[in-house]
Amino acid sequence: MRYAFVSTLLLASLLLAACGSPGDPAPGTGGEITVAGSTSVQPLAEVLSEAYMGAHPEIRITVQGGGSSVGVKSAAEGTVDIGTASRQVKDEELGEFPDLRVFTIARDGIAIVVHPDVAVDAVTKDQVKGIYEGSITMWSEVGGPSVPIIVVGREEGSGTRGAFGSLIMGDEEFAMVETAILQPSNGAVRTTVSTTPYSIGFVSFGYLDGSIKPLAIDGVEATVENALNGEYPVVRPLNMLTKGEPSGAVKGWLDFILSDDGQAIVADEGYIAAQ
Amino acid sequence: MRRRYLVDRSVRYLLFFSALISLFIVFMIGLFTLREAWPAFREIGLLSMLTNSEWRPGRDQFGLLAMIAGSVWAAIGSMILGVPLALAGAIFLAEVAPVWMRGIVRSSVELLAGIPSVVYGLFGMVVLLPVIRKIPVAGNTGFGILAASIVLAVMILPTITNIAEDAIRAVPREYKEGSLALGATHWQTIMGVTLPAARSGIVAAVILGVGRAVGETMAMIMVIGNSIVLPRPLNSNPLTLFLSQARTLTGNIAVEISYATGLHEDALFATGVVLFVLIMIINSSANLLIRERRR
Amino acid sequence: MSEQPDAVRSPEHGPWGRTNLARRHLTERAAFVLLWVAGGAAVAALLAVVGYVLVQGISVVSLDFLISPPRGGLAGEGGISTTVITTVYLVALTISLAAPLGIGAGVFLVEYAGEMQGYSGLIPRVVTVARFGVETLAGVPSIIFGLFGYALFVSALHFGFSLLSAGLAGACLILPVIIRTTEEALRAVPRSYREGSLALGTTQWQTVSSVVLPAALPGIMTGIVLSVGRIISETAVFYVTLGGSSRAPTSLLDPGRTMALHVFYLATETNAFQKAMATGTILIVSIVVINAIINLLTRRFTMR
Repeated sequence: MRYAFVSTLLLASLLLAACGSPGDPAPGTGGEITVAGSTSVQPLAEVLSEAYMGAHPEIRITVQGGGSSVGVKSAAEGTVDIGTASRQVKDEELGEFPDLRVFTIARDGIAIVVHPDVAVDAVTKDQVKGIYEGSITMWSEVGGPSVPIIVVGREEGSGTRGAFGSLIMGDEEFAMVETAILQPSNGAVRTTVSTTPYSIGFVSFGYLDGSIKPLAIDGVEATVENALNGEYPVVRPLNMLTKGEPSGAVKGWLDFILSDDGQAIVADEGYIAAQ
Repeated sequence: MRRRYLVDRSVRYLLFFSALISLFIVFMIGLFTLREAWPAFREIGLLSMLTNSEWRPGRDQFGLLAMIAGSVWAAIGSMILGVPLALAGAIFLAEVAPVWMRGIVRSSVELLAGIPSVVYGLFGMVVLLPVIRKIPVAGNTGFGILAASIVLAVMILPTITNIAEDAIRAVPREYKEGSLALGATHWQTIMGVTLPAARSGIVAAVILGVGRAVGETMAMIMVIGNSIVLPRPLNSNPLTLFLSQARTLTGNIAVEISYATGLHEDALFATGVVLFVLIMIINSSANLLIRERRR
Repeated sequence: MSEQPDAVRSPEHGPWGRTNLARRHLTERAAFVLLWVAGGAAVAALLAVVGYVLVQGISVVSLDFLISPPRGGLAGEGGISTTVITTVYLVALTISLAAPLGIGAGVFLVEYAGEMQGYSGLIPRVVTVARFGVETLAGVPSIIFGLFGYALFVSALHFGFSLLSAGLAGACLILPVIIRTTEEALRAVPRSYREGSLALGTTQWQTVSSVVLPAALPGIMTGIVLSVGRIISETAVFYVTLGGSSRAPTSLLDPGRTMALHVFYLATETNAFQKAMATGTILIVSIVVINAIINLLTRRFTMR
């Protein structure tokens, strides 16, 4: 029994020692890059990481979500190497975290999407505003059947919500209709809208697929071309944030992303080059 | 000989040390949470947090009322659905079931207890939501308290059944035999003698089940809608309150903690403290009742 | 009805002319039918949930599913290999952190500072307070541990979203459970064991290690196996400490996702509900196995 006890203790200390080797190097150096934040940036970051790791097999990049505000906070506190955000960094955030460095790697449109069976294909900006404010509650008010609109939105920490707020509602911190179903990621909004009849939501262009239907806004279709030529009204920057100037592996990856090769991948994935 | 006592002495200190560390951790969690929550209580005020129904961190509004109501209504719903079934199941297992049936039912209940909550949430999302959506009430999204209540009821069923069954079994045989000797039927004995005798244990079981319901997080995020709204009936029928969307205290914490900073983060810790205290009260009263019964 | 003859109008007869006894039999039968229905309902609930998940998921479960990693990011393709690895790592980490501490604490509280030692004054009071703290924490909802784990391990200590943060938070979660089950197992060992051993002239540690602990071992192991089951099923704590990366962690500071978390992400972020069901199936099977082990252990426990 004594031996079992001692060996468990040894196992514990061995494991703690194992923590020492690959994990210890300061962020940015060595071969590890951790990325967290915006779910809008997530798919793009994954593709960019695969491309870079292909050419540099000694580097390991892990990507996860959480939302833009998680990206800002994690980067600022050094919890991850790169934080991502799908909105401008707020002045208060820059004030609280003056070490933050912002790199715009792409731009992205936000599509207003509905359940595929909804018989509405186009809306005006004011109508979207009305729906999300709660002043428009029935599909019949925007050309559809006489059924209540189920509004799906994002948590307050979402960059997509913030950008949607500034570009459509006129206020980044707008008050969403209180009965809106709130989800913690782009993917969750997409899943909810695609499985809930008569629902409406907003997602990053990168999440458009056959399961949901994008609406044209003020006559402009939600396509990358329209975002590129500036006609589509809801476009925002996709940012990567670091604490202090990037160095080592982090700098290598960021340089790659901002290079022609990286930006070509951005375009391929359906986003807009950073310019 | 001396070596034995040396070993004995050093082991004693080792064990004391591990006990110290363990208890230190146990208390540190409580203290850490309180320390982080204190600025929120000081600046926002406990009363304000408990009565304000607006939770908008961007506008420095930290009212927990909507979330408290969400957690409470989901728990109430789960009790309405789950408690009668669980108690009946407990009586069944303790008094009525033949031995072969007992094994099947008990194993099923044990298995139900071990299933991860996300699986229940998944089931709720895929099966319950479309079904609930069919109820023809305007504003019914499928997401909401009813879905949460059904999921929670299935989750707390094993907890309540187990403990209530123990309580019923613990009633001394003489009580039952005396009642039957006086000419009462089996059912009259159960209703008139066994259940009242097991009353405190049963109440403890129910309270513990409620505690579990209030503490559930992930399954709630999946089916309750997470809307920051005070649950209210959707039309003149008060029962439609259960079709309202809602958000729970637990869901609130889980979704916002990884990005909250400053006062917002402190407010989430304060939410944790409110939850902590709520559960502690629930569990303490359950323990008190069980201890009273043993005496 | 009031026209009934006198013989029928007596205390044994109710207002409908039936005997009270007959009415009692009717309610009795109805009640027992309801109870059978309730018993059956519990089984039905289980069959409904588990059955649905298994039926939907079993078609996707295959060796390939188990050994290939998740792909396609948010499209939810691929298998669950990395999540299985993460789950195993996490279980190993939490148990190796919590078990020595928890068992040691339990042993100390019962054998060295407990009722058997007959201390008076401050020590029993300290032990009571300690026990109260452990009991309370055992009942606290898991999200509080997530909150604590995030603020301390992920943020303040800069471990970030990692196995380490999750393992530490998870260890805190199961520590009270292990302490409590160890205490119960030790207290169930008859006093005579200890007294007999001490009478033979052994030291206290020899008594504990060669006599008491082996006798309590099945109970302690039950507690550990229960904790393993708890870690496998747990989501809230790891949701906020482990991150959501779908790659297998190669060091303690790497993020990852457990199988349970993978079910959550698949269900909420992709439309791959069948894969979620399949992952759920694997989880349910693991729990069945763990339950079987616990039952085996408890049978050995009670036979001693």
